[in-house]
Amino acid sequence: MAGIELEHVDVSFGSTGVLSQVTLSLEAGKTHVLLGPSGCGKSTVLRVLLGLVTPTRGAVRLAGEAVSTLSRATIAARVGYVVQSGGLFPHLTVRQNVALAGQALDRSLAHPVEALCAQVGLGAELLERIPAELSGGQRQRVALARALALDAPVLLLDEPLGAVDPLLRAELQDELRALFRRTAKTVLFVTHDLAEAAFFADTITVMNAGRVEQHGPTNEVLAAPATPFVSRFLSSQRALHRVGP
Amino acid sequence: MIAALVLTASLNGTVVIGSKMDVEGQVLGELFAQVIEATGEATVERRFAMGGTAIVFAALDSGAIDLFPEYSGTLAHVVLRDPTASDFDDIKRRTEARGYLVGPALGFNNTYGLGLKRETARRLGVTRVSELVRHAGLRAGFSPEFFAGAFGWPAVQRRYGLTAEARSMDHVIAYTAMAEGEIDLTDVYTTDAVIAQQDLVVLEDDQHVFSRYEGLALAKADFATRFPKSWAALQVLAGQLTDEKMIELNGRAQLRREPASIIARDVLVGFSLGVHQPVPATRPSTERRWWALTVEHLSLVGVSLLASLLVGLPLGILAARRRWLRQLVVGAAGVLQTVPAIALLCFLIPAFGVGRGAALAALFLYGLLPIVRGVVTGVESIDPALLEVATVLGLPPLQRLVRIELPLASVAILNGVQLSAVTGVGTATIAALIGAGGYGSLIITGLSLNDLSLVMAGAAPSAVMALAMSLGLDLVTRFVVPRGLRARQ
Repeated sequence: MAGIELEHVDVSFGSTGVLSQVTLSLEAGKTHVLLGPSGCGKSTVLRVLLGLVTPTRGAVRLAGEAVSTLSRATIAARVGYVVQSGGLFPHLTVRQNVALAGQALDRSLAHPVEALCAQVGLGAELLERIPAELSGGQRQRVALARALALDAPVLLLDEPLGAVDPLLRAELQDELRALFRRTAKTVLFVTHDLAEAAFFADTITVMNAGRVEQHGPTNEVLAAPATPFVSRFLSSQRALHRVGP
Repeated sequence: MIAALVLTASLNGTVVIGSKMDVEGQVLGELFAQVIEATGEATVERRFAMGGTAIVFAALDSGAIDLFPEYSGTLAHVVLRDPTASDFDDIKRRTEARGYLVGPALGFNNTYGLGLKRETARRLGVTRVSELVRHAGLRAGFSPEFFAGAFGWPAVQRRYGLTAEARSMDHVIAYTAMAEGEIDLTDVYTTDAVIAQQDLVVLEDDQHVFSRYEGLALAKADFATRFPKSWAALQVLAGQLTDEKMIELNGRAQLRREPASIIARDVLVGFSLGVHQPVPATRPSTERRWWALTVEHLSLVGVSLLASLLVGLPLGILAARRRWLRQLVVGAAGVLQTVPAIALLCFLIPAFGVGRGAALAALFLYGLLPIVRGVVTGVESIDPALLEVATVLGLPPLQRLVRIELPLASVAILNGVQLSAVTGVGTATIAALIGAGGYGSLIITGLSLNDLSLVMAGAAPSAVMALAMSLGLDLVTRFVVPRGLRARQ
């Protein structure tokens, strides 16, 4: 069954169109990557799925249920969300940040905070620290632990490693991929980095200017770009990553 | 509400006596107080040194006070609006037709005069106002009511054709300015003891511009039925205070610093006031110990600040969410901020009575803007991404407010509270003008006694209190602002 579905979704702010006729059906339990240049509408897709943005037209469904019919509490229980900046509350400790959603909704956490943090590689000694006392990588781990706290079946990540330095980034990529496979969540991962996309993705969706250019299994998209834009986008990134002749 | 106040006052048998800021008014007010206390009919609440004519009239009309010393000439100008009225009985009859009760003519005429230093008068060779025409370059400093009132400087200019360069300043400051040689000419009250003390010459009003200002007691019409014995007893004072006697009493109060209570008691010795002896005098405000003033001042600031916070916080939160409300609230509070404190106090007397009520209301209104602005600034400066995350995590609106928004806005909110508190301490000194006490009463008394050390005795602790408030709130900030936000300060 499709974990995430968008059908002919249009989004516009005033007279500016942001998404146009976006249709996607993403299989549950797999890792899907949204790939595209900045401003192409990738983040808006996530915001539509979170019910933060209401489409002008079209249908949005999580596990078969229309997002527009779900309460905020239900969405919070079904979708975990990580943003590039981490989105940690600066006045709360690691423990408080991770436990916040459970307290707010009066639900018990999937696992104790210690276990949630251990799952993303955070030691217990960090639990009483505030975000300002953590490294960039540690902050993203906390954000991930928070997104996993209610054991939501869907995980949305908006360039979660965008602000992490390259060495650490490779390490986190490994850990994340292991985590995605282990937990069997429906992951939608937004990035503009082709190598990262290829590393994670079961399927890749390439977007440009609010439209889906191509969607398909990773190998298929990489091997056979469907449009001139996809071809150009892929080759520009390959050039960046190619080492040697 | 005003009716309720009047009712309460009469049931309790309390006569509230007010007075303007000048020393003479306070001596006369104390005299009235002791006469009434001697009848045993009512207890007396003293609300002296309440500021100018507008404030005492507002207080009388609203029922906040029952009685105060006034002058026939003021009634002619303020109540009758007829500057030509000069006969006491005529003024009394016409004023009483407007719902007032005019007490006995006390016997003295404290009119206006133009005064200058004896050496200046000698140098210029003037003894009469008309002779000033020959001296065009004179510098004059007049009390505000004389400067602008139709009975004062405008009338003098018109009648005598004078062209002195005149400024408006506080009466007492004008005396100081004259002693320092900053001005040559000022208006004086003819029963003012300072005239003799500073060796001033009062020029003869040879064109008879100034009305007679005969001292009297003014009440509302129902006073005589509410307190018949008191009103009857006050008639004993008719004609008892000659010009010379009043100058002497003013001198005892102003120059020798005798408490008004002692002066009034001495006057009443030998009067037959019924079976009750004058009660022991209460200590006048000048002698109140500084800590009592500190408590008064602090409670004015504290109570109004708390009210500003209780209203300003929710108002600021709503204003941060609704653009139209923000414009309305911040705009209105901003306009309010431009209303001078003394005018605001005057407007608030009818609704809140004289004294603490109106003062607290004014301080509350002034305190509102910095707090609302602090809350709006604080809430609006929160990273929208964080608010979005709070929504995604499913925080209901109230939890989002309490757990996320208020803590994140706490630095700006506390800055607003701090600003509100510090300015409140300063503004609260003005509250003494309507009898609300605090350090301002030292400043006002100092001004009316021409005693700059007394002014300083009020101003200095007020400044210290403002500083202490500021430091105290810095300390509060350390405890209230979450650890993760402190570095941003």
